[in-house]
Amino acid sequence: MNRLNPRRILLGLSAPVLALIVAFVITSIILVLFGDPVREVWSTILKAPKPRQTVQIINAATVYYLSAIAVAVGFRMNLFNIGVDGQYRVAVFAAAVFAGQAWLPGFLNIIVAIIVAMVAGGFWASIAAYLKVKRGVSEVISTIMLNAIATGVVSWLLLKVADRKEGSNAIATKTIPESSQLEGLKLIPGATNRVYTLIVLAVVVGFLYWFVLGRTRFGFDLRATGRSESAAVASGVNVPRMVMTAMIASGALAGLIGMPLLFGQDHNYGTTFQSGLGFAGIAIALLGRNNAIGIAFASLLWAFLDIQSNALQITAGVAQEIVFIIQGVILFAVVIAYELIRRTDKRLEQQRVARELAAQRKAQPATEGAPA
Amino acid sequence: MRHAMKVAAVMSVAALTLAACGDSGNDSSPSGSGSSDSGKKSDLKVGMAYDVGGRGDQSFNDAAAAGLDKAKKELGVETKEAAAVNGENEAAREERLQQLVDAGYTHIVAVGFAYAASVGKAAKDNPDVNFAIVDDASDDSKGANVDQITFAENEGSFLVGAAAALKSKAGHIGFVGGVNVPLIKKFEAGYIAGAKAVNPNIKIDSQYLTQPPDFSGFGDPAKGKTAAEGMYQKGADIVYHAAGGSGGGVFTAAKAAGDGKWAIGVDSDQALTAPADVRDKILTSMVKKVDVAVYDFIKSAADGKELTGPNEYNLAKGGVDYSKTGGHIDDIASKLDDYKQQIIDKKITVPTTP
Repeated sequence: MNRLNPRRILLGLSAPVLALIVAFVITSIILVLFGDPVREVWSTILKAPKPRQTVQIINAATVYYLSAIAVAVGFRMNLFNIGVDGQYRVAVFAAAVFAGQAWLPGFLNIIVAIIVAMVAGGFWASIAAYLKVKRGVSEVISTIMLNAIATGVVSWLLLKVADRKEGSNAIATKTIPESSQLEGLKLIPGATNRVYTLIVLAVVVGFLYWFVLGRTRFGFDLRATGRSESAAVASGVNVPRMVMTAMIASGALAGLIGMPLLFGQDHNYGTTFQSGLGFAGIAIALLGRNNAIGIAFASLLWAFLDIQSNALQITAGVAQEIVFIIQGVILFAVVIAYELIRRTDKRLEQQRVARELAAQRKAQPATEGAPA
Repeated sequence: MRHAMKVAAVMSVAALTLAACGDSGNDSSPSGSGSSDSGKKSDLKVGMAYDVGGRGDQSFNDAAAAGLDKAKKELGVETKEAAAVNGENEAAREERLQQLVDAGYTHIVAVGFAYAASVGKAAKDNPDVNFAIVDDASDDSKGANVDQITFAENEGSFLVGAAAALKSKAGHIGFVGGVNVPLIKKFEAGYIAGAKAVNPNIKIDSQYLTQPPDFSGFGDPAKGKTAAEGMYQKGADIVYHAAGGSGGGVFTAAKAAGDGKWAIGVDSDQALTAPADVRDKILTSMVKKVDVAVYDFIKSAADGKELTGPNEYNLAKGGVDYSKTGGHIDDIASKLDDYKQQIIDKKITVPTTP
């Protein structure tokens, strides 16, 4: 199969474009039905972002990207790690507590805290992996349950280690020392805020994801197991071991999700820390078709919608939750569009093969029929 | 592609669950017309950033909205409102405040302690704009142009605790907290202190509906009902709730428990704001006058005296109080007012932690 076939590229691009159009139409219909100002809503969302907002979009996309890659590692192997949400919260909590102690100086503190986060996330995922390998428990069920348990465990521990600031009603871990706070990069001219330094982390993770899965024996085994377990077994892959490895890798990557937020923005973990990132990751991985570049575009789209919607209440008088509808519709439309396009592609392929066969058959009698 | 379909199914379940958790009470869309010609015109432009739930939550956000409405009516200020989204991050809160500044609003009220750090930052970035934050007095939100509004919830709760103890025939009362956070513990502390001041041997059941970061305890009447039912069944005859929207369940439980069982409301005078069928079960309410504080901030600005620094609205300032609607506690009002005077005179110091 030639990957650079123009027909395939056209079909591949048409799915997301189709999904965006469908989302646009459906959202507009909803807005009209509820008497909201359609024109203002779209002009607010599609307005060119200010430098400040561009930075926010990049920052939000960074976090989404890490989340989606964590999910995608599982997807590639046909594992549905719904537990990324719980894994990242356990991990960021562990890292925040560790970094808050300031046992290590500046940069070293950050590096070790990130490792702590990966270990914590990997550990939390390993529970689901163990249950799947040893007891045959579906990872969908166990990770959803582990999400609920993560919420409980983290809040219970948070109350124990909480550092109460004078006059504040918030509950949070000890703030990490200033030497370990990352100020950010001045990438966008004219912006008062800065891009997370740990965007580097997202770039590295994206590259490794592409390289390991696409260019190594391990990656091949992992994808093979995802495609067909029996075929993988036949070619000598130790499937239970692959499940363990993929799940733990997914969890360890999930551990990275909160790192840009922790070191670049919040500086502690508390009740106001962003939640729900794991679920966004599932949607984005799906939209990006588990492809390192595709996910980058999907993350940027998600972040763009999120940030642009902030102004909705102020300029259009519409609740910004409308964006959840847009995102949800995009997701459904994209899944349906991919399926439609896969079928179209298959039909076109069949027609092509049929045509060629027919042409051959027509040509054959002439050559075969010629007597010696 | 079966793969994708399966994920889509899981996603939609997750989305439904999330949707059920977060309440997007933005049904009443904010209106920003300040062109009403009634009253004195002021050129103040007031922006308000609500916590999750926004206007219409029948609790904390609504109280702040009442203050804003009053300012709009009496001072003719132009207003604009925006509410937080469940689970959003720090950047989203900062952006909301900055958007209001960009839209030309000169006075911005942030409702809820979640805005602490973002108010601090926005105040630093915009020294010409005045900010107010409700329920926070930490260094995070401190600034030369920030009015840090807090309330002595413990003092108000002391009075309703005393009322409960005076009215309880069983010598057994209850407390339902929405979420186990320091702020709600302050309510509990005052309530217990007030009840014990009347009857040192009184039995008090305390229960919190959820643990942070699960804040559903502030918006889940079913949880409130279950908790209060348990308390009434164990013999408590009066239950005080500091649980926001979950309080509705406490009132339902009080009604179901029958005669002689009472509930105590919180934040606003709930004998006026709760559903009509349960109003007569509300003994009194601990009123936290967020509206007064918000109005104060705007009024002072209109008068040319910007309010800044920490401002605690306590009993002495009339920031907290108990309500008498329904006349159920008229017989003990003199005793309660006596306690009130003692707190104002600092003869009684009410603890802030149980």
